[in-house]
Amino acid sequence: MLADFIETIVKILVVVVVLLTGFAYMTWFERRVIARLQVRIGPNRVGPEGLLQPLADGVKLFFKEDIIPAEADKALYLLAPMLAVVPSLLAAAVLPFGPDVTLFGRTIHLYIADINIALLYFLGLGSLGVYSVVLAGWASNNKYALLGGLRASAQMISYELAMGLSVLAVVMLTGSFSLVDIVEAQAGGRWFVLMQPLAFIIFVITMLAETKRAPFDLPEAEQELVAGFHTEYSGMKFALFYMGEYIGMIVISGVAVSLFLGGWQGPFAEQIPLLGVLYFFLKVAVFMFFFVWMRATLPRLRYDRLMQLGWKVLLPLSLANVVVTALAVVARDTGFFGLLG
Amino acid sequence: MSGAELFFYVLAVLAITSALAMIFTPRPVYAVLFMVVNFVAVALLYLQLEAPFLAAVQVLVYAGAIMVLFLFVVMLMGPAPAPLWEHIPAQRPLALLFAVGLLGALATAIRKGAFTPLTGTMSSAIATAGGQSQALAEHLYNRYLLPFELTSLILLVGIVGAVVLARLPRQKNPTTD
Repeated sequence: MLADFIETIVKILVVVVVLLTGFAYMTWFERRVIARLQVRIGPNRVGPEGLLQPLADGVKLFFKEDIIPAEADKALYLLAPMLAVVPSLLAAAVLPFGPDVTLFGRTIHLYIADINIALLYFLGLGSLGVYSVVLAGWASNNKYALLGGLRASAQMISYELAMGLSVLAVVMLTGSFSLVDIVEAQAGGRWFVLMQPLAFIIFVITMLAETKRAPFDLPEAEQELVAGFHTEYSGMKFALFYMGEYIGMIVISGVAVSLFLGGWQGPFAEQIPLLGVLYFFLKVAVFMFFFVWMRATLPRLRYDRLMQLGWKVLLPLSLANVVVTALAVVARDTGFFGLLG
Repeated sequence: MSGAELFFYVLAVLAITSALAMIFTPRPVYAVLFMVVNFVAVALLYLQLEAPFLAAVQVLVYAGAIMVLFLFVVMLMGPAPAPLWEHIPAQRPLALLFAVGLLGALATAIRKGAFTPLTGTMSSAIATAGGQSQALAEHLYNRYLLPFELTSLILLVGIVGAVVLARLPRQKNPTTD
């Protein structure tokens, strides 16, 4: 009992530390990669290859003046940055990042919690993430911030639907909401991206929109909205919004990997568990590169186009995908294909 | 007091205070947020009652989607608190009457209702179905299929109504300018 408790605490600490370090180094990675893609050099002065840059940035942000606008709603202004980080961190609890490990005669599952409703939990926390942006925009008492916040809420609600429906296709194939079960169902290279290519594409697009990343970064479009919902924020509060965004990117990539790319599965992962962890991190890293690559490549969408894409293209497509998948699952379970052959 | 009881009382107090705060706060944005707190507290109570599916749906649908829309509308109405006027004559006495009636109905229902812990048939039904969500789905899509479909029809009526209301009136003569 006590051992279980300690095990969980240790796992939570490890996951949080990895996510926070991942956030810090993701800022470095993004700046370096974008610089390369734009034929620049990027930060390379602080430490070897600029590796100490995130540290320097952190120190700088701690010493920045902390400004609260005079007319702001103080309570909500302080609450919003916290709400940006907490749901992203909580969502990591259901990610399976490796196969079971035996350590000192004790089987350790490499996930914090395997709950019956893991995917709903993840989607629910994602939908709560909207509050940070909306409240930041409203509480700042700044018209650009408010516009950014309203845009963000409209965008996130619209794309959440298509995301939920694309996930549903995978849930129907496995008959489980648990990410652990879903990863196990993809053993032997039967990745769901092969069976559900459309759902995968929809998930990746909505994933960019949910994390408010380019080309869907309208809530903070600098040419028209200064910096959108976090215009008025400075110092560590400003950093918390970035922390929430990057941790959200890492976690949502982890979910995408678990849903469609086999999670930690890979050659010899069952025999050498650490290899599974490595596969998982490599797959997530590919997604992180994809996020940066998209930002460097695609121009921002126009707002009405964004809404049209969400409601008139992605939602009907994902609905159709759910219907087709449902028919296929029923045909499989009732042996319809067997009758044909 | 056991841990579970403590958990229940903390959540119950949180749910009730947030509900009261939602009613009494004069600022609409705060009212919406207190309601979100209330929904989350109720969701956690569902979790304690071993109904994780219901808890997740409560957060996902009510706290995550519907209340965000509320917040959206409240913010679009502007920062000034909307004046509260009463539309129906004798609104307060009527409200009191309905409140007492509802309280009476609830009290009778609670007195009559049998509260048995989740054992025997129910937990074994969940076990045979292979999980909470599966057991719920089996009931929803077999025994209660008709009410379920009727609910979706009602929602469809709502959507069609919204489209009709939001549609711009068709112009008789296309403008020439």
